[in-house]
Amino acid sequence: MPKCPECDAEVTIGSDAVKGEIVSCPDCGAELEVKETAPVALALAPEAEEDWGE
Amino acid sequence: MNNKPRVGVLLSRVRVEEKLLLAELESRGVETKVIDDRELVLAVEQRPELGVDVILERCIQHGTALYALAVLDAWGIPTVNRYEVAEICGNKLLTTMRLIRDGVPSPRTRVAFTPESALAAIEELGYPVVLKPLIGSWGRLISKVNDREAAEAIVEHKDVLGNYLHSIYYIQEYIQKPGRDIRAFVVGSETIAAIYRASDHWITNTARGGQASNCPVTPELDALCVRAARAVGGGVVAIDLLEAPEGLLVNEVNYTMEFRNSIDTTGVNIPARVVDYVLEVARAAR
Repeated sequence: MPKCPECDAEVTIGSDAVKGEIVSCPDCGAELEVKETAPVALALAPEAEEDWGE
Repeated sequence: MNNKPRVGVLLSRVRVEEKLLLAELESRGVETKVIDDRELVLAVEQRPELGVDVILERCIQHGTALYALAVLDAWGIPTVNRYEVAEICGNKLLTTMRLIRDGVPSPRTRVAFTPESALAAIEELGYPVVLKPLIGSWGRLISKVNDREAAEAIVEHKDVLGNYLHSIYYIQEYIQKPGRDIRAFVVGSETIAAIYRASDHWITNTARGGQASNCPVTPELDALCVRAARAVGGGVVAIDLLEAPEGLLVNEVNYTMEFRNSIDTTGVNIPARVVDYVLEVARAAR
């Protein structure tokens, strides 16, 4: 099972996960990005910048 | 082109909204290409060959969206939304000027370019006022200024912030609203759904904890929102409105709208309506 790069907790990723999807670590709450799906690789999602939004 | 248009989804991250849009496209058997804006390189001298008939822009960064759309637009590639809409909606002052041009009611606004003139404009409008960055979202860096001391502090802070855009002071009257505002979703020529966003805090964005509930789309609300959408160039936009004592005011228009809290709340399949529109744009461009 993939681990959170922030706190090392095991993170369950749904089978429908796609590359680029954002998930939260259930333990520390860090926002994580699914970098690869087979096998699953996680990285810390980038921090919000000034022009982020809708 | 085959009977079914091919859709490119330009995105930065697959958030709930992008996942719903991709699922909707897949459920209809639409050939879809995900384009990660972090990997995108556009050779601007030639028409980008992306292998799609229309681009649905879902970038998280305004700057990325704006300039990618500028290139695509220049080469005549259909996009949702269009470059013009991103340019206008991504900038609060340009949005305000379009609303004024088209007679869409909005809060009284002043723009000033120095700390001294900004303070004079604030005093002329009368406290409280709201200072907003020209570019930005999710309620970030917006300030409600209640008195002269706060105004001086905020203006000084903005003056020394790194980005020159912070020294363009966008100042609005503060609207006494009933603990909520309205977020309405316009697709093409119709207001498809709306929510109230309620909060004890004066900032009511759901990104900042505002609670969503269904807001009936009355003919009045629909007409005003469609006018606001047309003023900024149309397409798929989310309109933020304030219930002022004198009537509804359009506060902002968002061009890469988030809707995760509004599907169950309104009972409207927003991603399906967006996909309908995207396919319509592709077909119209044939």
